[in-house]
Amino acid sequence: MNLDWEFIVESLPLYGEAMWLTLKIAFWAILFSLIVGLLCSIVLYYKVKGISGIIVAYTELSRNTPLLVQLYFLYYGFTKMGLHMSEMTCAIVGMTFLGGGYMTEAFRGGIEAVSKTQMESGVSLGLSKVQLARYVILPQAFAISVPSLGANAIFLLKETSIVGAIALLDVMNVAKDLIGMYYKTAESLILLVLAYLVLLLPLSILLTWVERKVRYAEFGD
Amino acid sequence: MQNSGINVLFEGSNFERLLGGLLVTMEIAFISIVIGTVLGIVMGLLRTLKSGPIRFVLRLYLETFRIIPILVWLYVVYFGFTPLLNVNISGELTAIIVFSLWGAAEIGDIVRGALESLPKHQVESGQALGLTYRQLYRHVLIPQAVRRMLPGSINLATRMIKTTSLVVLIGVVEVVKVGQQIIELGVIKAPAASFWVYGFIFILYFLVCYPLSRLSKRFERKWQN
Repeated sequence: MNLDWEFIVESLPLYGEAMWLTLKIAFWAILFSLIVGLLCSIVLYYKVKGISGIIVAYTELSRNTPLLVQLYFLYYGFTKMGLHMSEMTCAIVGMTFLGGGYMTEAFRGGIEAVSKTQMESGVSLGLSKVQLARYVILPQAFAISVPSLGANAIFLLKETSIVGAIALLDVMNVAKDLIGMYYKTAESLILLVLAYLVLLLPLSILLTWVERKVRYAEFGD
Repeated sequence: MQNSGINVLFEGSNFERLLGGLLVTMEIAFISIVIGTVLGIVMGLLRTLKSGPIRFVLRLYLETFRIIPILVWLYVVYFGFTPLLNVNISGELTAIIVFSLWGAAEIGDIVRGALESLPKHQVESGQALGLTYRQLYRHVLIPQAVRRMLPGSINLATRMIKTTSLVVLIGVVEVVKVGQQIIELGVIKAPAASFWVYGFIFILYFLVCYPLSRLSKRFERKWQN
């Protein structure tokens, strides 16, 4: 296979820009998802009447529908109902909707995994429910959920590959355009795969490292 | 409200067409799950072997599917295979190839995990009872491994069903594409159609995936102890 190196070098800036866009979307989506997940799981923890039901329904909806359909619904559907958003906002909102559900599950799993004796000891020390959450439950729950939070972060970064479907010029879209315009299929696809490797490998390695650190903090071995 | 657009779902054969489109994605998912399961079981068994190179290659195979987004795989096979191997493959076939390979990688990991998590004394007790190798697998190991595999496998199935929605981006006519066609057809008559059509597709996917994820949660709870 003869690769056109000149073409590869020339299209690098395009991929660079697109990767920057992907990173920006992923950053905001992961950040907002974490916030949504934390808030939702706290509501679930306190078993707030009424709201808990809504949150359970939300997590099930977001986890059991594809992001592509969520984005189309948001981007093409809601604009027709008079809600206007830029593609960027739409992508971040859509991905937060998806990610929030996953992050809620991750935090909730962590909270459930904190052993009952911890809670009982806190109560017997006379801690209020807020103090109990703040000083005993949440720090431990957070440590336990780190692996699944990280997995969700990688999952969200991978899911950004879909935002091209709502006209954002992300890595997928750049590759598709270049294939369509110049028929340099092999070069474009190689760059596409490389772009995702560059984005995801460091995060994946970092995550494995953090996971080990957290395990250490948790069990001390 | 004048012509809210919801009628578009029930006009003509639109309803049946959307369900037909959903069936296409289900077919792709189903075929891939079957092929993936068969390949995955073989792969999972291979991964419990002591051989270093086999383990390394299969681990690498799994990690490449975990790191690279499935949409990228679809693009690589759909656009890449055609010129490289000089064959023309349809979007459906592309989807089945990619999803089967992905499923095989993930099922392989689930099978490996299940087999390795079985306590050693199960094998030893079986051997002490004088069971043959075949009996050991048939009566002791496989029944226990299947229990451990089921929740994860069902979860994978819902993930695959959700991911099949992506095949619209490589030109397969499935539920999202049918939806787009319906919306385009009624673009003047019912401008709000996209809200209802995409909303309906959203609900359709939920109706398919939710029971599966409930089932997986139930198995998980039932077989926890």
